[in-house]
Amino acid sequence: MNAGDVLGTRTYTITRADLVAYADASGDHNPIHQDEDVARSVGLPGVIAHGMYTLALVGRAVAEWTGGAEVVDLGAKFTSPVVVPAEGGAEVVVGGTVKSVADGLVTLALEVTCEGQKVLGMPRAVVREATVRA
Amino acid sequence: MPVDPSLVGREFPAPAPLSVTPERVTAFADAVGHPGSGAEAVPPTFPIVLAFDAMQAFLDAEAIDLHRIVHGEQRFAYVRPLVVGDELSATLTVTGLRQIGGADIIATTSEITDATGAVVCTGKATLVHSAGGAA
Repeated sequence: MNAGDVLGTRTYTITRADLVAYADASGDHNPIHQDEDVARSVGLPGVIAHGMYTLALVGRAVAEWTGGAEVVDLGAKFTSPVVVPAEGGAEVVVGGTVKSVADGLVTLALEVTCEGQKVLGMPRAVVREATVRA
Repeated sequence: MPVDPSLVGREFPAPAPLSVTPERVTAFADAVGHPGSGAEAVPPTFPIVLAFDAMQAFLDAEAIDLHRIVHGEQRFAYVRPLVVGDELSATLTVTGLRQIGGADIIATTSEITDATGAVVCTGKATLVHSAGGAA
């Protein structure tokens, strides 16, 4: 991987069933990720994906781009909720470029959107260069 | 009701260690579509399971309702990759507290350690607590 490389955009669909599976697997049973009424009662536009679900999709894209390279840093601000409708799902698009390769680390610049709107602020992923298989 | 400002600096351990079993990793990886079989590819966000337990301990201690919490930010820095067989513990420290527009912005750091006590990764999170009343 070299600085400036553009990584293929990934599109993932999140369904309500995925949120149930994720709640069970992660232990995060916050009802704002399951129950429309509870979500609206706290001012949300509807059932939203766990922020960590969206961040996990970034981890998934990074794994796909790098052949499962060792991640040394991963994070983001959850700036806009990903609303997941009862029918169908929400499409999250993860795009990335290689920002820098230095000191054995590859830093990726990422853009994560849903319906054309950025949902993550300052998303960042850093992987160990020696473990990249791409 | 706003969160008690004297919380800053307090520590909240997760109630129990968590074994990183193939079953747990596979369930987590399958839920988010993470590539590779569970046994060899632990998703990098998996430590949230422990960090969440520690956060829940904090919320319980302060009688804060989970449904009034929205995740504002999460960052992980990893010392080494997680592997199946790890026995992980977590301790959350409240590092900051401020109010914006009726919401509490709670900054936390969770240190995830293995069975030897060595730090595996550190999670920094911002939790947004909307106090609300009958809303």
